[in-house]
Amino acid sequence: MDSITTAASVVAAGLAVGLGAIGPGIGQGSAAQGAVEGIARQPEAEGKIRGTLLLSFAFMESLTIYGLVVALVLLFANPFAG
Amino acid sequence: MGLSPFNLLFAELEVGKHLYWQIGNIRIHGQVFMTSWILIGALLTLVVVGTKKMERDPKGVQNLLEFLWDYIRDLARTQIGEKVYRDWMPFIGTLFLFIFVSNWGGALIPWRFIKLPSGELGAPTADINTTVALALLVSLSYFYAGLSNKGLRYFEYYVHPTPIMLPFKIVEDFTKPLSLSFRLFGNILADELVVAVLVFLVPLVLPVPVMFLGLFTSAIQALIFATLAAYYIGEAVEEHH
Repeated sequence: MDSITTAASVVAAGLAVGLGAIGPGIGQGSAAQGAVEGIARQPEAEGKIRGTLLLSFAFMESLTIYGLVVALVLLFANPFAG
Repeated sequence: MGLSPFNLLFAELEVGKHLYWQIGNIRIHGQVFMTSWILIGALLTLVVVGTKKMERDPKGVQNLLEFLWDYIRDLARTQIGEKVYRDWMPFIGTLFLFIFVSNWGGALIPWRFIKLPSGELGAPTADINTTVALALLVSLSYFYAGLSNKGLRYFEYYVHPTPIMLPFKIVEDFTKPLSLSFRLFGNILADELVVAVLVFLVPLVLPVPVMFLGLFTSAIQALIFATLAAYYIGEAVEEHH
């Protein structure tokens, strides 16, 4: 692999995870805010809220994970390595 | 392997180095099998010892196992629903316990003292093959759950609110195992890497809180994997009206 491809792949891998983490980060923040407000208002519903929160976190997190997949492909199974 | 930047920077991290066993035409990652067998053995011993002499007032190991049983039953019942959760509780419980024990075993047992010719022992779930196998099992089982409970009416799920959803639901069948496997793999590998890098930079005190954070996230990942598996199965057996 020539050095320009290496450099581009490494930068792209960093960007894939970094940019992909922004959206889910904001989303998880607002979801956690909602959950905390819900628990403060209704402490007896904590168990149910926690379960739903974890489930929705998992769905948001999968977006970052697609970025991680792209980054890992670029680093370890690069199709342009030649 | 195209390029491996970790191997260049930190000789100790050994991402992508494995102890290969040759079986026929297949090369398998031996270190994953060794740790999985050890951990499965430990789990089996615990369960057999705990259920050998059962008493009405649970004590010790039996108490722990009954607590786990209750926990898994509640998880399966809330996600899958009252009607069929009994059929799927053993599967969900096995997934949860195996992933939990793998994650914690990989972090807590000092594998470093066992030297291998190449590669190193660690959590089996930090290898992509393990997590893909588990995720594909989940895929197969939610198809089986849907088809066995509802027959061909299972495919109504694909066009349920409107037929416009059809392509999205089909894509979802592929992204479900993808995100399940990569979530677990990415989190566990990231935990191990962060601890390894910190140990490499500051070998004292500083890695300890990060290790505790790693234990917390790996427990949560086991819970999330089991919850999502149960949720997918519950989605497949749900009746639409």
